Amino acid sequence: MVRILAIESSCDETAAAVIADGREILSNVISSQIDIHTLYGGVVPEIASRKHMERIKRVVDRALADAGTELSDVDAIAVTSGPGLVGALLVGVSYAKGLAFAGRKPLIGVHHIEGHVCANFLNRPSLEPPFPCLIVSGGHTTLARVTGYGEYEVLGRSRDDAAGEAFDKVARALGLPYPGGPAIDKLSCEGNPEAIEFPHAKVDGSEYDFSFSGLKSAVLNHLNSCRMQGQEVATADVAASFQKAVIDVLLSHSMLALERSGDKRFALAGGVSANRHLRAAFEEACKERGVELICPEPVLCTDNAAMIGAAAYIEYQKGHFSDLDLNAYPALRLGERP
Amino acid sequence: MKLIAIDSSGNVASVALFDGEKVLGEYSVDHKKTHSVTLLPMLKELTERVDYALEETDAVVLSSGPGSFTGLRIGGAAGKGIAAALGCPILPVPTLEGLCFRLPEWQGRICPMLDARRSQVYSGIWRFEGEELICIEPGKALALEEMLDMLNRSEEEVIFLGDGCDRYREAIEAGMRTGYRIAPAHLRYQSAAALAVRAASLGNAAFVAADDFAPEYLRQSQAERERAERLAGSGS
Repeated sequence: MVRILAIESSCDETAAAVIADGREILSNVISSQIDIHTLYGGVVPEIASRKHMERIKRVVDRALADAGTELSDVDAIAVTSGPGLVGALLVGVSYAKGLAFAGRKPLIGVHHIEGHVCANFLNRPSLEPPFPCLIVSGGHTTLARVTGYGEYEVLGRSRDDAAGEAFDKVARALGLPYPGGPAIDKLSCEGNPEAIEFPHAKVDGSEYDFSFSGLKSAVLNHLNSCRMQGQEVATADVAASFQKAVIDVLLSHSMLALERSGDKRFALAGGVSANRHLRAAFEEACKERGVELICPEPVLCTDNAAMIGAAAYIEYQKGHFSDLDLNAYPALRLGERP
Repeated sequence: MKLIAIDSSGNVASVALFDGEKVLGEYSVDHKKTHSVTLLPMLKELTERVDYALEETDAVVLSSGPGSFTGLRIGGAAGKGIAAALGCPILPVPTLEGLCFRLPEWQGRICPMLDARRSQVYSGIWRFEGEELICIEPGKALALEEMLDMLNRSEEEVIFLGDGCDRYREAIEAGMRTGYRIAPAHLRYQSAAALAVRAASLGNAAFVAADDFAPEYLRQSQAERERAERLAGSGS
């Protein structure tokens, strides 16, 4: 059995996990900083970095203890090296390098988005490539086809805001708490998604790329014009209509990719894929096409280290290890090797 | 006491190995600020060069701040990871005290000064009495002018060191009415060997559990400052 200790600190969760053979979770510890960042209406990078620094050793030690293992028993140390907030990434990367050096263990730098994709292997150990996958989170919106283990064909990505970022910004405009995704998801249940027709932005020259900043502006304009005309804002309708516009675009691009590839499975990943309306829409669309929808359980959708361990196992098997000069790469693209 | 010392609080990346009697080796680089890339390979090379037995380490010495926020965390997180793997504690040394230990022979006041941006410096005043380092003004973030005023209140000669005395050399020249010197280039910046020697003088009593180590930044994040100002403003 190959045991990988994985560390994740790319945004506002300090996380560590021990994964066996890339598919079995022996432990999964997540220390969220959300309470602190809520005070500021979003993640403050410097505060996130400081909190990672305070918490990282306890989180990693607990992951080892929960797995009933010790550092000397693990076969490799994996860490998210990008993309993400550079100061936050550096804490995890530096800590992992210190552990790997003094513990004499192999080091594996992992791509955060590959981690999200690989959360599906934890959820469905029998899953094998190829399959298309939509990764939607606060920092990323990427449509890719997983062509093999550790091999990705990127079909489309957001040209501006990530889907989750749009949720956060619209939620803030509606006076909803941070993070915006769960708040809008909940409020939408009480609203009419057909009430307001927000634009479904197309991106010139790409069938698969996304753009959410225009949609966000349309929502803000709608709110402004209501206020100017002295109309009360139907908050739940705005939330539901905005959410529908986001989901429609994600779904149409995803189904186009699915139809072209002819794959019989489609995977979701990332924090926004925990959105109930999004899951329901994808489930329905996949069912109509006789396609199996695969989606991690919510705790594996948001940032966690178990998924980093799952992705690292693929690299471990291929013998792809990192040197001690591994850096943090804030803008690393899916499929790129640092 | 066997110590691994790391300082990445400023432009210099520095690592040293100390066996309680002598500095087995020090490796310092003042090139480009890519501590995240260079620090661990430097330490690995140094340990191999001197056949250092990692397992015999009594503590990992870290510059505990002030300094570059990111720099402090690169060295600090790496040091915590090393301490975790070795099961040893951390021996934190304030960056400014570590700098003072570059100049233990100086008769007079020592003023380590780091550029804190926003027209401020991280600075304080110390003096050696025999082998003992005496603090006259504790380290903090303050305006350069304020620091110079403080120094001008005594006629005792001062030696400046740290990157702040490069950044503000002209202002020091214009503002100092007391005799002063600037430390020579080979003694002016952070050194992990000086940090280790300082740490050894503090001894076991200064150990902290690796779990608990976090840098002393001496300054809040911008978001925290602005929020505190907003809250103070709305309260009045």
